[in-house]
This record gives sequence, structure tokens and C-alpha cells, in this order.
Amino acid sequence: MSIENIIWLIPLPPLLAFFLIVLFTNKNKALSHSVGVFAAFLSFVGSMVVFFRALGIHEFGKEIFASSIEWLPTGTSYLKIGVQIDPISAVVLFFVSITILMIFIYSVGYHNYGQPAGDHDHKGLPPHGATVTDEHGHSHTVLSVEPMYSRFFAFLALFAFGMYTLVVSDNLLTLFVGWEVMGLCSYLLIGFWYAKPSARDAAVKAFMTTRVGDVFMLLGLAYLYSLTGTLGYREIFYNEETLHMLATTAAPLFGMSASGLIALLLFIGTVGKSAQWPLHIWLPDAMEGPTPVSAMIHAATMVSAGVYMVIRIFPLLTADWHHGEPLTTTLTIVAFIGSFTALFAATIALAQNDIKKVLAYSTISQLGFMIAALGIGAYVAAAFHLVTHAFFKALLFLGSGSVIHGMEHGVMHTGDHHVDPQDMKNMGGLAKKMPITFWTFVIGGFALSGFPLVTAGFWSKDEILADAFANGHWAVFATLAIAALMTAFYTMRQITLTFLGEPRTKEAEHASETPWTMTTPLVILSVFAVGYGWVGIPEHFPAIGGLMPNWFHHFVGATLLHEAEALEFAWPPLLTSLVVALGGLGLGWFVYKDYKAGQPDPLEKPLGALYPVLQNKYYFDELYMALFVKPMNWVSEVFTPAMDRNVIDGILHFVSRSALFIGHSLRNYIDKPIINELIGDGSAEVVWKAQAIKVIQTGRAQSYLLGSVSAFLVIVAVLYYFF
Amino acid sequence: MDFLNTHLLTTILFFPVFAALLILFIPNEQVKAIRWTALMTSLVPFILTIILWGRFDSTAAGFQFQEQYSWYEAIHSTFHVGVDGLSLSMVLLTTLLTPLAILASFGIADKVKAYMMLFLFLETGMLGVFLAMDLLIFFVFWEIGLVPMYFLINQWGSPKGERELWAGVKVSARNYASLKFMVYTMAGSLGLLLAIQMLGVLFQNYDLAYLTEQWNALDGNASLLGLTVSQVKTVAFWAFVVAFALKVPVWPFHTWLPDAHTEAPTAGSMILAGVLLKLGAYGFLRLVLPLFPAEAQQYAGWMAFLATMAIVFGAFASYGQTDFKRLVAYSSVNHMGFVLLGIAAAATAIGTKEATIALNGAVLQMFNHGLSAAGMFFLVGVIYERTHTRNLEEFGGLFPLVPVYGGILIFTSMASLGLPGLNGFVSEFMVVQGSFPLLPVYTSLSMIGLLFTGAYILKGVRKILHGPLNEHWAHGEHKLTEINGREIIVMAPLMALILFLGLWPMPLLDVINKAMVLLFH
Repeated sequence: MSIENIIWLIPLPPLLAFFLIVLFTNKNKALSHSVGVFAAFLSFVGSMVVFFRALGIHEFGKEIFASSIEWLPTGTSYLKIGVQIDPISAVVLFFVSITILMIFIYSVGYHNYGQPAGDHDHKGLPPHGATVTDEHGHSHTVLSVEPMYSRFFAFLALFAFGMYTLVVSDNLLTLFVGWEVMGLCSYLLIGFWYAKPSARDAAVKAFMTTRVGDVFMLLGLAYLYSLTGTLGYREIFYNEETLHMLATTAAPLFGMSASGLIALLLFIGTVGKSAQWPLHIWLPDAMEGPTPVSAMIHAATMVSAGVYMVIRIFPLLTADWHHGEPLTTTLTIVAFIGSFTALFAATIALAQNDIKKVLAYSTISQLGFMIAALGIGAYVAAAFHLVTHAFFKALLFLGSGSVIHGMEHGVMHTGDHHVDPQDMKNMGGLAKKMPITFWTFVIGGFALSGFPLVTAGFWSKDEILADAFANGHWAVFATLAIAALMTAFYTMRQITLTFLGEPRTKEAEHASETPWTMTTPLVILSVFAVGYGWVGIPEHFPAIGGLMPNWFHHFVGATLLHEAEALEFAWPPLLTSLVVALGGLGLGWFVYKDYKAGQPDPLEKPLGALYPVLQNKYYFDELYMALFVKPMNWVSEVFTPAMDRNVIDGILHFVSRSALFIGHSLRNYIDKPIINELIGDGSAEVVWKAQAIKVIQTGRAQSYLLGSVSAFLVIVAVLYYFF
Repeated sequence: MDFLNTHLLTTILFFPVFAALLILFIPNEQVKAIRWTALMTSLVPFILTIILWGRFDSTAAGFQFQEQYSWYEAIHSTFHVGVDGLSLSMVLLTTLLTPLAILASFGIADKVKAYMMLFLFLETGMLGVFLAMDLLIFFVFWEIGLVPMYFLINQWGSPKGERELWAGVKVSARNYASLKFMVYTMAGSLGLLLAIQMLGVLFQNYDLAYLTEQWNALDGNASLLGLTVSQVKTVAFWAFVVAFALKVPVWPFHTWLPDAHTEAPTAGSMILAGVLLKLGAYGFLRLVLPLFPAEAQQYAGWMAFLATMAIVFGAFASYGQTDFKRLVAYSSVNHMGFVLLGIAAAATAIGTKEATIALNGAVLQMFNHGLSAAGMFFLVGVIYERTHTRNLEEFGGLFPLVPVYGGILIFTSMASLGLPGLNGFVSEFMVVQGSFPLLPVYTSLSMIGLLFTGAYILKGVRKILHGPLNEHWAHGEHKLTEINGREIIVMAPLMALILFLGLWPMPLLDVINKAMVLLFH
């Protein structure tokens, strides 16, 4: 089979799995997850074949895998769609296929496959546990299997289809298709436990918030197509002439170039999808989804799609800009939003107690790093951080799921359902209970913090800081450095609160390690969370630079027409990286190591009035509620009905009524007194009266209306005739 | 078969009438026989349309399968029918939806015979409009379609409900709705008729192709009926536009639609949204653009304005509803707004690539909306039949009770929302794609409507399916039953087409595209 055919086939197994599960196997749990896992495995194999074939090609980038077909007829030509694997999509395909396969395997354990059905479990609610009696006659409460187990795998498969479609696309239109399919899946998965009002509302919020970005993106696509006549990556982004044309065409707004405005419109789509400020509000709520599995696909995989798109359109973003020049308007906006979000989300993460919420905000913050990197032109650094982040964040989310699962075990044991198994304040000392989860979580957490040299996160984050430093973007550099410090701090806070010290509740005491289906993915991902950094070590790095080639830079850099040059090594950014990572980790451990149950958070005192503001996420939910949701509700529920029923129908009824009045007047003042008096005789009078009464009795209003309608028609006819 | 070869269109057109007459002879109490006869006979035009589709040559210009008979010789009007790619897709939509609507009506128990006959008459009325090549015939069928629909709403509509007209005066809601539907269309028809008459008198002919040619050849400054030709054309243009805009319906002429839909029986709503609204849009494409290219270009901004208002306020209004059926009804206003937006954009620059894309999108949107709106109205009917309420506040938490229905509802809702991968997206994308370079401001404004499309669709799903288990509908006499086999059969073809056209729109779009290129170049 040709490599192009394999690429076409990659997204298909999950789609087939979705339909198979929905239509046929949904009653059988084992069959459903087998279909799902097998589909994910097939796609994984296909992806690996493609990836390693790509590695073997000399000057991959100039030469790529591509194939397309005609999809939409547009007059005398066609809009083509197709698949394409170039360096950047090859590396994205690599991490996507691994993480997706891991999610599928992990989900089997997380949804308690093999456990009994719950005593009081309902569809649409999380499982509550089942009572079992052992051979000694003791009854225990154990975790129960998810009532909608098969459905979960169906949604997951559809999600995988969306992600694969997005990655293998050779154009922005099918990218958008995959993008939206994932949006739907994220809606379905966030609202998976639809019977919980909070989950239901979070699902709608996620869909609507990202849709704000999507409509701008759609406009961007339309604008781009109208200027270039194509949406294909290669025709636009790898084409000097097209880029030059876009850069030199003036856009009608803000004195921008067309390329700048298009990139900005598309970027707004990313702001929604990758949960950047000011459209970040949906991601933390998305943690309502069942399990960190779905949280992970929104947070570690789907949101990456937003960054991936900006990486894709990077040539467009920088079409009217050359390295070393001051940033253009669009680039400034991108850099600002990225770095602001990185800092902003990190501050909120400081004050969250829910283990998943901390990770959610850290995701927003890390995506901000990537966006900021793209805003200052650091293409390779952003791509590198995208990949390493996907690995360690997937690891962290799955790890947090494992923690929650272990805590739920404890909750089942004590039977106290008021204890929130996601609240880190209820944990502590889990390291001994859940060693595999602990060590993998530490690896993930250290990678997120940028622990020097050994973790992947260090290399990618350092590269972003180095780039900002080298090109003199001081504001971006400083903001990201502070954000990195906070990242290390809240990560260590999380590790300390969760795993170290003594258990703070009975539930934490009885937590237990999770099954192999859950821990295996953790171990595999932690290998990548460490090892993936080594493929991108800068050549001029002291001591170890140059031992291995900077593969990532050369490979991914070849996606662009002009490969970016490797940076000169400089000490200040490296020292900054070291200080913020180690300082943050140390500080986090120091502040939280003696935290005891029931104490106020040690940060509350020093932060003072700021602390509740952080805890309440700067009140953005409330602000948007007042600024957008309420007015829109008013327009929909009060203004528009009033316009339709009172104004438009009011005019209509007024015309009817006037016509009715004219009709009545004619009858009462002309017909009756004049005609009847003049020519009518007694008997006719009686007949007429009888008829009149009859008319009234059979539904006066209808006849009114009929009369008025006829009169209305006459008026209209008269108007037509004279005008 | 030889008869079929030469009379394919008239067979498709009049077979429903023949079937209705056949049903007339079935005794009233044989309800089952009436239903099945209606269903089976309504499949005949559908099968014939498939044959027609197979034989149709999409690359040939002009009308095919033409048939012409003398009809009203005194005024030179002939019974002239034919199809091109535009009408063919609409004919397919009509003959596809009618059997489904009839199958959906198997729950009707009251006056079944009359009901089925009216439905079949309705089909002929609608097909006639799409097939007509003579303006007078066009008008006749335009009006014929009105009558069955009036009675379907008036007689089989929901029996409850009153509407207050003005202080103290109330009428039964279905009478109000049916009359409003009738009067609105009639009011529009009036101008249409006058304009058609004027054309007929002027050229002593009603043949569409002939008229188009002659009418466009007139010198703009020549004198006609005491005015200049361009003034007359402007008046006639607006007469046509208003007639069709009322039918689409375009803001602010849309208020009959939610009323008519709310009161109409389920199948009536399916056809009303699925096909009848398309008559208006078809009128724009078949008559307004070819007959008045200059005027359409001149007033395209106004049409786009009204379309944008329909898109935006249709979405807002839909979001504001608490009645499920009204919510879906207003969604038609929103979706049909995109059809008009595409047409308006195309009018600004007929013959360009952008215009063709916009027109492709508009026609495809007509077809797609026919599928998804019919499906949505049917699903409203399914739940209404069981619960006897459409109030969204009384639902919620139904998903565990009716998982299959829930899945189908989400699927169809997503089609209506325009989710990529399903049909609605392709057409909306093409409309936006074509319109944006021609009418950037209106297209951008219409994005507000697109955003709120999401809001009202999700509101519907949320209010019906999601939320804590609804105890009221979970037990005892109120226990909600799952969607049954017959109902799934109604939905299955719609869903299959929705998915197919979303992934691979080429078979349909290719025919539409060629027709648009040939018609407007």
C-alpha cells in the first residue's frame, strides 16, 4: 500500500469504531472497548509507519507525502481536499497516536471494567459503587462499572477521528472539520454525566465559548479563500508568491495587511479552542467531564489543536514580518495574549484546590507559552513545547485520574460520600499508597516545572525563553519567566499536598493503587516526558550540547520555506530557567510541607485580598454573565418576541382592525340605513337579522378577521394600482 | 414504458392526484388500507424521480424532459414543464419528503382519507411549481399548494391554544395560524399575479424562456405603461421579491411561520419547512434573478440586509422560545436567511466565481435544510405525540428514558447546527465563502446568527435530554416510551442523507453547480 493511502486510512478506524459501537455493540461492554482499543491501535500502527517512513526521507519538508481529491465544485473549478504529512504534522501525528492509544487503554481501567454494576447507579451519573459479599460473609462497597461504558468508548473513538482528521489534513477546511468534530466530542464528553446540572452547563459553555472563536475562524477562511482561491497548506504557506501577495494586499481594517487580518481572524479561533484569555473560561469547567481521561483529551490533546493551527499558519502570520524587525500588529496581539494568558492562568492555579482544576489552569498557562513563542516568531520552540507538553500533561492528567480513582476507593471504604475525592486538601501521604502513580506524577510535574536537564519540559521551555531573550522581547521574557516560576511553585504545591506528608483524611489512608490498565499508560508516558526532550538539545549548550544532533530543530524547521537559524547560546535565559524551576519547586515544597488538615492555605495570608480573587478566577464568569449572557438573554427572550408579537404582528393586527372598522362603517352607515331603507322590505330585514346573528354566533372573531383580511387585500390592491 | 419515456415529468407531477382519487374509493373505515395506499403510491413519484435523476444530463444547458400541451390558447399560455439541475434537486427533495411525511402521519386517526388526499394534492402543487416553465402554470401551482396546507393546519392542527389579537378579542390558535398563513401568501401572490399579468399582456406569452429573453432585451429608457421600462421593472421586481420573501420567509414577513408551524400537524410541519419554504427561494432563483438581474444587483444590499436580519433575529427568537416547536420553527427563519444571503450576494456579481459558490451554497442549503428541518419537526412530533406538550420547561432529563431518540435528536440537531461532517456545514460554508468577498459586512454580521444557532440548538438538547432524571415521565401512565420502529424508518433516510451529503456532497452539488453555471453566466 502506498504511504498516501495509509495516511488516508489513518482517521478511519476510529470512525468505524464509533458507528460500530453506536449501532451494534453498545450492549456489550467487552466488545465495545475491544472495538475501540483495536481501532486506536490500527491508527497508531498506521501513524508509526508514516512517521518512520518520513524519518527516512532525505530533506523531508521539501518533499512530503500528499494526496488530494476534488470535493466541492466551485463553478468551473473544484475545491480540493486531501491529506498531507510534512515534518510538523509527522511529529504531531507521533504524539497524538501515542496519547490516544494510551487514553483508550487507560479508560478500560478508569471506568472500572470487570467490576460489578452499581446498586443505585443511573445512566447520566457517575457510578456510586456496588456492594459485594465475600466468602466470609462480610459485605464491602467496591467501585462499580460505568453505566454508560460503551457510549464512552464511542465518543472517544469519534474524538480520535476528529484529531486524526485534523492532523492529516492538507488544508484548513478539513482541519476545521476535525476541529469541530472534536468540539462536538468535547461537548458530549464534558456533558457525559448529563444528569449533573453542572456537567450539562459546562458542556454548553465549552461549546459556545469555542464557537465564538470558530465563527471568526470561518470568516478568516472565507477571506483567505477569496484572495488565494485555495485553502491548501502547500499552495499558501509554502508558496513565496502567494505569501507575498497576501502580505502586500491591504486589508480594510486597522491598516493591516490581508495576511495580518486573516491570521488574526484564524487566531481568534485558536483563542477559543486553546482556551486563551479572554475565551479561557470554558476549560476549567470542562473538568466536569468524567474522569481525567476526557479532561485530558480536552486539555492535553484537543486544545493542542489550536496551537497546531497557529503553527500551521505561521508563514501567514509572519508574511509581512522579517526576523529581527519590530512585531506587526497581529504578532503583537498574539504575543500579548500568549504571555498574558501564561501569567494570568498561572496565578489562578496557585489558589485552586481541585487536583484537576490546577492542571486545567496549568494547561491554559502552558498553551500561553506556546502562543507567546509564536507571537515572537519562535516557530520551532513553540512546536517543541507543544509536543513535550502533550506528553507530560497527558501523564499528569492520567496521574490525577489515578489519584482520584485511588481516593474513590478510599471513599467506598469509609462510605462517607461527602468527602470530595478531587480536593487536594483531603489527600496527603498518597506516595506510599500509590507508588507508581506517585513516581510518574513526579516525573510529569517536574517536566511541567522545567526541572533542569533531565526533563523534556526544561528543554522546550528554555528554548522559548532563550528565543525571547535573544530577540530582545523583554516584556515577553519577563512575563514568561514569572509564569514559569509560578508553574514550578503550584506544581510542587500539588505534589506536596497530594502525595507527601501524612494522610489528612481516612479516605486518603485507605486509598489504593490503581489497576495495570491505568498504570501502564502512566509509565509509558513518563518515558516520553523525560526522553522526548533529548531530541531537541541545542547544539551550543554547555557540556552536553552537540552530543546528540538537535534533530527536532532541523526536522520541524524544514516545514517552512526558510528554516530558522539555531540560536546562539546565552547564559542569562538558561540561568533564569534554572532559578525559576528550582526556586519554584523548592519554595512550593517549603511552604506546603507542613500543611495540616483544616488549616487555611499558607498563601492566604501573604496574598491577602488577592487570594479570594484568584480563587474566584478574577470573577470572569460573573463578568461575562453580566456583560454578555444576560443582555443576550434579554434580547432573545424579551426584545425579539416583543418585536415579532407586538410590532410586526401589531402592525398586521392594526391593519386588520382598520379594515374591519371600514367594513363595519360601510355596513352600518351606508348599507343598512341607505340601501336597506331604500330598497329593503320587511321580510328581507328579518332574513338579514337572522343571518347577522348566525354570523356572530359562529365565531365572531374569525369573521372579523376574514372581513379584515379581504379589506386588507383590497387596500393592497389599490396601493399596487396607484403606485 | 414508452409512455413513461415521453411523459416522465407529467407522470411524476400528476401521479399523486391519481393516487388521491384512488384513495377516494377506499371506504372510510379502512384506515389501514388508506394509509398504506397513500404511502405506497407516494413512493412512485420518488422512484420515478430517481429514474429521472439517472437519465438527467447535467452538462446540457436548458430544460430537459420538456413536455408542452396547449392549455389556455386565448392568452397564449401553454402547459409547459421541464427540469434543469435546480428544479431537479427540488423535485427530489419533494418526492423524498412526501412519503416520509405520509409515513410520519400514520398516527393520525381523524379523517384519515381526507388527510391523505390533501397531502397528495399538496405534493402535486409543490412539484408543479418546480416543474413549471410557463409563468401562469407556475402561478396556478403556487396557489394550489396553498389550499391543502390551509386545511391541514386548520383541521388537523393542535386543537388547544388561543391567540389574542387585540384587547379582549381571541381566536383559536389553529384558525389564526392557518388564516395568517393563507393571507400572507395571498397578499404576496397578489403582486406576483399582477406582475405576471403585466408580462403576459406585454408579450402576449407566458413562456418563461421566451419572456426572460424579451424582457431583458427591453431598453431601460423606453416608455412602458406611462413609465420608463426601468421604473416598471423596479415595481415588478419588488412585487416578485415580496411574494417570494413572504414565502421564504424573510424578516420582517416571517411571523406567520412560527404560528403555522406550531399549529400544524407534524407531517404538515415537515413539508412546510422541508418544501414549502423552498418555493420562495426557488422563486428568487428561477424568476427574480433571471428576469431582473439589474434590479437584483441594485437592491442586493437590501436583500442582504433582510437576510441578515432573518439570520440574526431568527436565531435570537429561536433561542428565546420555551415551546420546542416554535424553537425549531424560528430556526427555519435563521437557516433560510442564509439562502437569501447567498442569493443576494450572487446578485451583486452574477457570473463570477464567488457568485457561483454563493448560489451553489444557497441551493444546497435549500436541500439540506429540507432534510434537517423535516427531521427536527418530526422529532418534535414524536415527543409531542407521547407527552402532549411542547413546553421545554416540562422536559429535561429524558435521555436515560429514551436513549435512541436522544441519539437521533442530537444527530439531527447537529446537522441543523451546521456541524462539519454533516450536510448543513457544507452549504453554510459555501454561502459564507461566496458571500464574504461580495458582501463582507453583511456576511460578518450574519456570524452573530451562526453563533446563536449553536445557542438555540444546544438549548433544545439541554432542555429535553439533559439534567436530572425526569421522574414525571419515568413512571406510570406518563411513562415515556422509546421511539418506535416506524418512526426510526422515517428518520433513517434523512439521517443517512445528512451524513452522506456532509461527507461527500459531490453527487448533488455537481448537478447544482452545473445548473448554476449554465443559468447564471
